[in-house]
Amino acid sequence: MSRAVDLAVIGAGPAGLAAAIEARRIGLSVLLIDEQPGVGGQIYRATDTSPVSGSGILGAEYRRGGELALSFRASGARHMAGSTLVDITADGWIGFEGPDGVEFVEAAQIILASGAVERPFPVPGWTLPGVMTVGAAQTVLKASGAAPQDDAVLVGSGPLLYLYAVQLLRSGRRPQAIVDTAPRLPALRALRHFPRALAAPLYLAKGLRLLNEIRKSGTAHHRGATGIRIEGADAAESIVFQASGRRHSLNTSLVLLHQGVVPNIQITQALRCRHRWDDAQLCWVPETDEWAQTSRPGLRVAGDGAGIAGALAAEYRGRIAAIGAALALDRIVEPDAEERARPLRRLLKTELAARPLLDALYRPADDLRVPSEPDTIVCRCEEVTLGDISRAVTMGCPGPNQLKAFVRAGMGPCQGRMCALTVTETIASLRGRHPGEIGSYRLRPPFKPTTLGALAAMKLPDAPEIDRAGNTGTVELAEQS
Amino acid sequence: MFSRIEENPAEALVTFLFEGRPITARAGDSVAAALLLAGVATTRTSPVSGAPRAAYCMMGSCFECLMVIDGAADRQACLTPVADGMVVSRQLPLSGGGS
Amino acid sequence: MTGKTSFDAIVVGGGLVGIAIAYGLSRQSLSVLVLDEGDIAFRASRGNFGLVWVQSKGVNMPAYAAWTRRSSDLWPDFAAELSEETGVTLHYSRKGGYHFCLTEEEFRQRDAMMQRLSDATGGAFTYSMLGRNALVDRFPEIGPDVVGASYSPHDAHVGSLQLFMGMHRGFHARGGTYRGGSAVADISRTGPDFAVTTRDGARFSAARLVLAAGNGTRALAPMVGLSAPVRPQKGQVLVTARTDPFLDVPTALLRQTGEGSVLIGDSKEETGFEDSTSPEVMRNLAARAVATFPRLAGLRAVRSWGALRVMTPDGHPVYAQSGEMPGAYVACLHSGVTLAAAHAGPMAEAIAAGTLPDNFQSFSPDRFGVQSH
Repeated sequence: MSRAVDLAVIGAGPAGLAAAIEARRIGLSVLLIDEQPGVGGQIYRATDTSPVSGSGILGAEYRRGGELALSFRASGARHMAGSTLVDITADGWIGFEGPDGVEFVEAAQIILASGAVERPFPVPGWTLPGVMTVGAAQTVLKASGAAPQDDAVLVGSGPLLYLYAVQLLRSGRRPQAIVDTAPRLPALRALRHFPRALAAPLYLAKGLRLLNEIRKSGTAHHRGATGIRIEGADAAESIVFQASGRRHSLNTSLVLLHQGVVPNIQITQALRCRHRWDDAQLCWVPETDEWAQTSRPGLRVAGDGAGIAGALAAEYRGRIAAIGAALALDRIVEPDAEERARPLRRLLKTELAARPLLDALYRPADDLRVPSEPDTIVCRCEEVTLGDISRAVTMGCPGPNQLKAFVRAGMGPCQGRMCALTVTETIASLRGRHPGEIGSYRLRPPFKPTTLGALAAMKLPDAPEIDRAGNTGTVELAEQS
Repeated sequence: MFSRIEENPAEALVTFLFEGRPITARAGDSVAAALLLAGVATTRTSPVSGAPRAAYCMMGSCFECLMVIDGAADRQACLTPVADGMVVSRQLPLSGGGS
Repeated sequence: MTGKTSFDAIVVGGGLVGIAIAYGLSRQSLSVLVLDEGDIAFRASRGNFGLVWVQSKGVNMPAYAAWTRRSSDLWPDFAAELSEETGVTLHYSRKGGYHFCLTEEEFRQRDAMMQRLSDATGGAFTYSMLGRNALVDRFPEIGPDVVGASYSPHDAHVGSLQLFMGMHRGFHARGGTYRGGSAVADISRTGPDFAVTTRDGARFSAARLVLAAGNGTRALAPMVGLSAPVRPQKGQVLVTARTDPFLDVPTALLRQTGEGSVLIGDSKEETGFEDSTSPEVMRNLAARAVATFPRLAGLRAVRSWGALRVMTPDGHPVYAQSGEMPGAYVACLHSGVTLAAAHAGPMAEAIAAGTLPDNFQSFSPDRFGVQSH
């Protein structure tokens, strides 16, 4: 493969696909790298291969993924599927592990479109087998056409929870119950945002339709649930919670958790881009300019990774980022770039106008973001509990990166992907500070675990060849002390 | 327990071995999904406490589905498509892997 | 955090060196404040990979060889007491250490260096050189390119994070105060006490002041009439997923931790104040590890990181008490794990008594011909 491209796009969801398509239209050479075997990202997961894509279960929105995939395939962009990002160097080389080992490609511009991840849901028992996220169950539906039998309990809040419940119903399945943790008060507070949200009434209507469909199905829907606890010896056996002024206990072998999605900022954090804490979405967001460029020149971020705004917004942002990349490469003049971007910015504005209402409506409960019981596991890999974190903070530990040294939190194979947000908010809460002052973990390369054999055999762009002892003469190995 | 919404007689099937037991899956399933469908609850144990764990996110983030696949430890089962003849086992702390 | 502002001693720096001295001072019943930087800082401690290492230390400076040896001999009791006191399992083990050589030339150079160290210490340092056959008996899994190794019975290893954690816990339990996010802006002397002002405007005082702020000490030392001519030297380390126990002793290149992961270190780069990692170094570390133990090829690296060593012009530690402002000390070095037992023990005892350990003149920064005030 040629070792230089104008643009590398990381992630094959709506933002990444749209960016690749737009960049090809302008004439840039494009390489798209993605971990999955097929395009679509999580929202349009398995769009080419899903056994249920034609059935109407997944809804009309899902078909949009098929259209994007078609345009992408016709665009002439290269697609490295099943390829895991290993590193991005200071001078723009992108290392990824594919079928032929780890290779590096030089990209003049990079667009990160690594999307969203589900917010952590640290409750007692969340590490038990039989507990997974709603997004995980939906992935099984899209990719394998499979769904749980009728004892699943859906727990949490957010549009995806309702959407998946309805998809189950349309599949002829039915959840045992929905345990809704959305605080009841914010629903009223959310109305403050209503006038602005009128710009995109579709989302509200859609949400109401979903709720209506759930109500009509007769599925038990416990609202305002608190005190969630999953119990079981070697796997989930039951879930207990408080709702409507009394304690409930439901026997179940499958608990599906969800409380919204947040930007996947692993790579931008690793590359030390500037981030800000978003008080409305309760998460970190990389700072970007009007062409989606981060604080690192040549690195752009598009889609939900730049702040949660949904699949359509992701497309617009992907295209804007691609235009920005072309502009930076002098492959388009500024007036043309502005003209191309103008309608996209207008569409994006409409999409974004609905967010404040949605963010307020589905704001996850405080006690589900910062656990309250000392034995609740926060870092799943190293089994670090709230109590461990409290003790470290009492000893003076100031933030997440020092917490690694104090209690090993974030040092397992997931490198903090599952606990970073909880750790930031927990330390902020314990120290009485704003999360924005506390900071977050910094992911380290290799971004995904890579065998030493693959690292030893890496084909590096400019580095001297290596002898069998690992010596190149340019990098001295020291004796440790 | 997960099951297919509809069986499609035309779809391609593959068979892999999970701890000696043959499991049939649809070509295109991930190892993690195929095991869920076969009723396998646990993918690994925690190297810290020994507690059982299972696939949690199904999108490559949580690393709970690390398994030993075709002799290689620390493979993410949710990102690995099943293949005919594949040999899969749970990852235990001393089974040659075990992050 | 208490509102207390006056202490018996202030230690600037909460890394392995600072916390060891602070822990030791608190064991001397002093009230101690540790001032440290915030969540993100250049932390040499973070790059350490946990060797209590004697072979190769102090070939050209007998006092350093002796100090290292003293610490390594204090380590077994130190580790036992710290574990007992804090409940932290340190994974300390002293079965000697190996330095594998991958070429005949490397093996010859290693032998000569070990001999010089033995000579310099009057034979107190003991070692042996093992040829390939002897090595294969001890390590059946070594790769075909390993030609031999040096071995010294004095060497040991320990979980460096557990050590860090244990000393912090011990310090805290003995009433010590640790204040993060407190980079020091100014130091002045008022009467018998030092007044230390942090960048966030807090002021603290103490009669004893220890500057153990790693590379940050360079800027602080002149405030008390001392110099600390240190520079950052980058090292990169690679760590793998946990695997079954296969290596029960440390080597200079890699060791298996108590949790079962393999630490592979480390590079030596003069890149100034930046601690990024590079694919080239990652590759070289991986290649050398795989050449040494081919079974590692299938093991996954979970992360790499860079950290900055605290390097003096001759590589040996700087310890000094200010002549101009007695009661102020500097401690700058890059062997925070090896020397932790000595720092928490004899070093802290001496500082509590208002001095430095005996025969420490040769550690003075004056040896670099820099005026110390």
